Amino acid sequence: MEGLAGYILRRLLFLPLTLLVVSFATFYITRWGPGDPISVYSGQYRDPEAFARVRHKYGLDKPIIEQYGIYMKGLLLHGDLGESYRYRDRTIPEVLRPKIWVSVRLGLYAFILTFLIGIPTGVFAAVKQGSWLDPFVISVFLFFQSIPVLVTVPMLVLLFAAKLHWLPAGGFDGLFSTSMIIPTLALSLGGIAGVARLARATTLGTLGEDFVRTARAKGLDEFTVIGRHVVRNSVVPVMTTLIGLSVVGLLEGALFTETLLGIPGVGLFLYESVKGRDYNVILASVLLVTTAFVIANLVVDLALIVIDPRVRDSGGSVRA
Amino acid sequence: MSTPHMSQGGQLGLDAGHQEAEWRMARAESLTRRSLRRLLRKRIAVICIVVIAIFYTVGAFANFVAPYGYSKQNLDLSFSGPSLHHPLGTDRNGRDTLSRNIYAARTTVVVTAATVLSGFVLLPVTLGMLGGYRRGFVDAAIMRAGEILASLPGLPMLVLITATLRPRWDHWMEHVANGLHWGGFITEGFADYFLIFAVLSLFGWVGGARIVRSQVLTLRNSEFITAARASGATTARILFQHILPNIMPLIIVSASAGLGGIAASEIGLTFLGVGVQPPHPSFGALISDGAPRTVLEHHPELLLVPAAFVASMIFAFNLLGDALNDVFTSRAA
Repeated sequence: MEGLAGYILRRLLFLPLTLLVVSFATFYITRWGPGDPISVYSGQYRDPEAFARVRHKYGLDKPIIEQYGIYMKGLLLHGDLGESYRYRDRTIPEVLRPKIWVSVRLGLYAFILTFLIGIPTGVFAAVKQGSWLDPFVISVFLFFQSIPVLVTVPMLVLLFAAKLHWLPAGGFDGLFSTSMIIPTLALSLGGIAGVARLARATTLGTLGEDFVRTARAKGLDEFTVIGRHVVRNSVVPVMTTLIGLSVVGLLEGALFTETLLGIPGVGLFLYESVKGRDYNVILASVLLVTTAFVIANLVVDLALIVIDPRVRDSGGSVRA
Repeated sequence: MSTPHMSQGGQLGLDAGHQEAEWRMARAESLTRRSLRRLLRKRIAVICIVVIAIFYTVGAFANFVAPYGYSKQNLDLSFSGPSLHHPLGTDRNGRDTLSRNIYAARTTVVVTAATVLSGFVLLPVTLGMLGGYRRGFVDAAIMRAGEILASLPGLPMLVLITATLRPRWDHWMEHVANGLHWGGFITEGFADYFLIFAVLSLFGWVGGARIVRSQVLTLRNSEFITAARASGATTARILFQHILPNIMPLIIVSASAGLGGIAASEIGLTFLGVGVQPPHPSFGALISDGAPRTVLEHHPELLLVPAAFVASMIFAFNLLGDALNDVFTSRAA
């Protein structure tokens, strides 16, 4: 696997280039589109002279390329991400940090739940291969996978909040509260099928190994064979892939879950910033999300290479 | 995931279908047709095809199928429950829920069909074959561009692009509509469809192009291509007559795998308010109308109907994609 180190290095070296292209594209697209933060906040009836003055103060009247040059100089020389137009006098890391923390906690919960349901389901399906239970449990979770998060969330609200009155219909008040249940369920249900299928495939592979036969020959009961010998050897690759995939899935799911339930995370924040043309916040969030996304994808690809040598031979990454 | 060991046995002609395979080879049936024939023997696949066919027919002929127009209001019947005149009830503005869902299907049909065709067939085939066959600088440029696109977080970027470009886009589309002398281009929502389809294609082609390229790279060194070149075949002929039929199965598989994602993306964008604009219906808009707490409590059908449509449609797409994958890659890989 000597090519592997080179592969990782090449992919990581590609990250700065990607970020450069993304920063330019985002910068250009956001500023080129009509409307700017000053016009959003100054409203419909405004003093044209004051409007022009504020635009000039923020340098928004310069050509876009020049603005980009100024921005990149500040970013590269001083690590300055610019200032938020909506939250004046606060730096972007200051504004963004609490949002990231909310999303990360939510994602962690969803990740744990996906893992707790997905792996046992996959192992169970593999052990039951040949009976109707195998396709049945996998199909159930495949069905959940087919429902977009934006459908799952209101359905769960309908069931648990509107009809049963068990859970609050939205909001966020800390890690240990009932308001975490609906978003966690919504974010994890879609990912379980993928995890379960992967766990099923690796378990099937492991079941054929010699050491499993040895374990059985030793007279160990089936529960010990599966629990201690098979699961341990098939779970590690699944875990690695799962971490990457869940980052990818959670990023996209967060946009809907947070918007629908009013959870103050990165997703809702990004959405509001796009609506409010808060250029610097959009750019910083996009760069952050892209970095997370690139690293997550790299982890997934590496995990797939370790699991399946055919991927390496086909000479490219395979996105799930 | 199918086990590779079994297909090796199949290649050696040791499986039960050996004779059948030979018979088909004798009739020189193409790989694609043979695989499709095998697909039709899978019950789940056939059910999916039927469901998708019904969905597409209803969506494509929405004008004839829907009992009311999508924006036909009857404010006296705001939030009326299911009745004889309105089998699934009406929404806040007294618009027929069934009709709006049928027209929403039209949005999905147009967007998925256009995006699959351009972003999952035309673009990947063209760019993948160009890169794989020409190699060198062209190949590097295409692949690096693809790598950057693939490393972007898709949905947030789609939201960003559609949200900020909208007013400029609408302005262009007015010019296009004037040029086409077709006012319906905008009033029927085709300008929105076009924007969504364009950005989805922009982000969609990478996976397919990678597959096509790697296949072309393998095939271009194979003996039958050398033979074709020796007998004086032009590059175009080699690409379209000799290479294309061999990569067709993979294109079908990757395109069908993309369908569910495309449909979900359009629904998501519209849900966030940056996709298809009102009054044009889309499942995203219908779900966003049905999701508020008060509507949910008193008229859950406004959420349940589009939710059921969306879930069953994407489920059918995904199952069909799986089935196609099984059928094609068990031999083609």
